[in-house]
Amino acid sequence: MTEYQEDKVLDARGLLCPMPVVKAGKEIRGMEDGEILKIIATDRGAIADFPAWADDTGNELLGWNEDSDGSLVFYIKKVEED
Amino acid sequence: MLDTEKLTEDRIREMIREEIARAFKKDPAKKKAMLIASKGSLDWAYPPLILATAAAAAGMEASIFFTFYGLNIVHKDFEKKLKVSPVANPEMPMPMPMPDIVTAMPGMTGFATGMMKNMFSKKGVATIKELLDVAIESDVKLIACQMTMDVFGYTQDEFIEGVEFGGAAAALSDARKSHVTLFI
Repeated sequence: MTEYQEDKVLDARGLLCPMPVVKAGKEIRGMEDGEILKIIATDRGAIADFPAWADDTGNELLGWNEDSDGSLVFYIKKVEED
Repeated sequence: MLDTEKLTEDRIREMIREEIARAFKKDPAKKKAMLIASKGSLDWAYPPLILATAAAAAGMEASIFFTFYGLNIVHKDFEKKLKVSPVANPEMPMPMPMPDIVTAMPGMTGFATGMMKNMFSKKGVATIKELLDVAIESDVKLIACQMTMDVFGYTQDEFIEGVEFGGAAAALSDARKSHVTLFI
């Protein structure tokens, strides 16, 4: 996966549904249009949840991958709603 | 000026499709979720709170209508009221197989409740308190059913801060403006 230069990092490791998306929602609200949020999670449900959440909120999921230690890394670009 | 030559049937259909897609995108009901919480045990307190807080995180306006035993979830004493019983609950995982007669013994509800809380906290699941805090912080509308409150003898000051009160009409008014409506 392409590496993205994140503006903020959210460590959601150890959290289970719905807390990763709750924290991501809170974090991204304070960010500027076009900024990138990197989220690290261990909840396997996040693989389905973050794409769905990005679709619902209009933010863009740039990509995600699984680290060698099993943690999941998501890159989400904030898209301000018009 | 309209160029009628180019306004073929296909083009008109395409324009209509575009307009519908635009209208759907703006549909306010897409941004609303309305849940009814009717159960008052510890396990059943989770689904409405998880779904409503996740909806709020996805930018939706969420509301939960607490009725019948669901009132336990927003009662000030929710910590004491929300329990789980192993009696007649074959889905409940127990550390060892237990006949019904044993699960019906005094103290078993407390034991099972403690076990579930312990299991949830070990796995990292948020507590009911944490989910309620998130719900309030993210403006999830919490409505307690006045009729069932009257039946159970609850007064408004027995409920946590931020709870509103209403009836079936208030619940339905929210529901008809929401695409997501769930009865839990």
